Amino acid sequence: MTVADPPARSRPRRSARGWAGFGFTAPFLAVFALVFLAPIAYSIYLSLFQDRLIGGTTFVGIANYRQAIADPQFWDGLGRVALFLAVQVPVMLGIALLVALALDSGRLYGRDFFRITVFLPYAVPAVVATLMWGFMYGTRFGLVADLNHAFGVTLPDPLSPHLILASIGNIVTWEFIGYNMLIFYSALRVIPHSLYEAAAIDGAGQWRIVAAVKLPAIRGAVVIATIFSIIGSFQLFNEPSILRPLVPDSVTTSYTPNLYTYSLAFSGQQEDYAATVAIIMGVLTMIVAYAFQLRGMRKEA
Amino acid sequence: MHVPARRVVRGLGLLCAAALSLTACSSSGSTAASGSGDASAGASAVQAALAKGGTITVWAWEPTLKQVVTDFEAKYPKVHVNLVNAGTGDKQYTALQNAVSAGSGGPDVAQIEYYALGQFALGKSVQDLTQFGAASLNGTFSPGPWSSVDIAGGVYALPMDSGPMALFYNKKVFDQYKLTVPSTWAEYLDDARKLHAANPNAYITNDTGDAGFTTSLIWQAGGHPYKVDGTKVSVDFSDAGSTAFTSTWQQLVSGKLVAPINSWSDQWYKGLGDGTIATLATGAWMPANFVSGVPGASGDWRVAPLPQWQAGQNASAENGGSSLAVMKASANQDLAYAFLKFADAGPGVQDRIKGGAFPATTADLNSPAFLNTAFPYFGGQQANQIFAQSAKNVVKGWQYLPFQVYANSIFNDNVGKAYVSSTTLAQGLKNWQDASLRYGSQQGFTTG
Repeated sequence: MTVADPPARSRPRRSARGWAGFGFTAPFLAVFALVFLAPIAYSIYLSLFQDRLIGGTTFVGIANYRQAIADPQFWDGLGRVALFLAVQVPVMLGIALLVALALDSGRLYGRDFFRITVFLPYAVPAVVATLMWGFMYGTRFGLVADLNHAFGVTLPDPLSPHLILASIGNIVTWEFIGYNMLIFYSALRVIPHSLYEAAAIDGAGQWRIVAAVKLPAIRGAVVIATIFSIIGSFQLFNEPSILRPLVPDSVTTSYTPNLYTYSLAFSGQQEDYAATVAIIMGVLTMIVAYAFQLRGMRKEA
Repeated sequence: MHVPARRVVRGLGLLCAAALSLTACSSSGSTAASGSGDASAGASAVQAALAKGGTITVWAWEPTLKQVVTDFEAKYPKVHVNLVNAGTGDKQYTALQNAVSAGSGGPDVAQIEYYALGQFALGKSVQDLTQFGAASLNGTFSPGPWSSVDIAGGVYALPMDSGPMALFYNKKVFDQYKLTVPSTWAEYLDDARKLHAANPNAYITNDTGDAGFTTSLIWQAGGHPYKVDGTKVSVDFSDAGSTAFTSTWQQLVSGKLVAPINSWSDQWYKGLGDGTIATLATGAWMPANFVSGVPGASGDWRVAPLPQWQAGQNASAENGGSSLAVMKASANQDLAYAFLKFADAGPGVQDRIKGGAFPATTADLNSPAFLNTAFPYFGGQQANQIFAQSAKNVVKGWQYLPFQVYANSIFNDNVGKAYVSSTTLAQGLKNWQDASLRYGSQQGFTTG
């Protein structure tokens, strides 16, 4: 991309320039307002009301927010995704980084094959992936059952209430390693090779190059991937929602905050309260993601 | 009922800008509902509507209605019926609720299960049919289904089918392990132990926690956990009936004597076919599902009366079953009611019996042709005799919550724990009770 120097100003009439710019951005602004701002505004509006089977709709102010702050089901779900975030995201990004570094090292035989193979799970729709893993986890007819039969052992049931979160973590890791790998790998590819040569001349080994050149160079990509993962964790919905019909006793209707809002709105007819929970979750996600971004960028500077 | 514009897009939240320009008041959509309850005037209006013709939309998932619609249109050529499958159970109720809130886009007639009807009657989404003379159909239907549509002095739907319970058992398995067909739940428990001891892969039944099944067995045991009086609701799972259920069923669950397999799953059909699930206590609508879902086990299964909580009793309960209701927002209620009557109390009933449905009409339940039907799947057994007897023995006075659809959706959150942890069924039911009451009071009910 070339950046031309601003030409000498011909000083057009200010108002005409303003209108012209607005004309160009209007289509975008209209769509942005309709599909982005309006739903948010509408959700906030909804969250100030309460609709009851007996008594109809009433304005309740911030009562829904008070209720959500004191709602154990909401906090349980939030605690669950926070645990998920703390464990699954480092594991997934760590593996993705290792794979990216291995591919980038140039010492891997069949690099293109591995790159496409690792990326392939991301191309599988989450619904299909979850169903597939759901079958594999089965202790009666699935892979776990086959392993039990073949080796005469009794593996712990991956779909039992205390293991289901780890099992979901495994599915998500499988799905998203390839995606994150690609982010890291493309960031690694743009590092100038002269840096490696300079490091080699200075006597640095491969590990030293990784630690001193490659990792600092892709910090931005790592921060971005982490922010995506934070948001993804807080919005965890697909996997538990698809596993729920298989194991309704392990995955409750309020298993994650997003699943909770879904249940509230669609089986409980409590759209107002669902909107409240969604807004609180959105704000919390923004705070955590922004805090991480500030921290990541400060170190970079 | 006043419906503010903001509810038009409830649950979607995307088209709000457009929505704000709409005003909806669902009650304005209904026809001349005089409310006088003049039954004969209503009946003649229905005849006039049939002669005049028109189009009605029916939301239902019941497969046998297709033939009914064909015959209805043949008999009344000016009438066109638009039969739409808008999803089964919960899915359809969600769509229906949204349509009711929007005040448009809904059907004229909807299939609604008995347990869910209270919610729609209370929300004034379905029309009281007494103005069309529906009250006079009282004796036409068997008492169980009728009591489900007869809500607070109104008739809010006509019963379409019913699910008096019976015990389906795999005779081959029973013969192989020399089990006796249980006449009480205590004997059922003994059979469960014997069977599982003889073959660790075999279970007396499957159960992972099912709200409909649990409430039906409590119903049979004489429990009345739900008491509804207008806007006053109470839930109590500590009465004698509930305790009878939990004390027996807890032993089945704790002893791992029930297969941890969800009903309607592939594993379930497999288990019913290969003898690893030996019995099913369920509604009389089940035979058609056996024929289509487990064809390989034809001839293995038989039907017996539901085991009793006390030896010598003859108590039964309903499990499942649906009704057809006229929506209040329908602009063609006379025609809609004509269809209801045709399908549920008229010639349509025969169409549906031929299609494998279990009727709710007393005349058909008592007709020799119906009772003497031999089921090849059950080795030629005249199973309808057992179902019909069960229909007569349904314990009276059962009530569902006016928000049972939601309550059932959180059953596994609470009672499901008893199947996968050390929580007891009794504790799970208590938690379910508390959660249901909490929702009730949030929805403006007086709870106690």
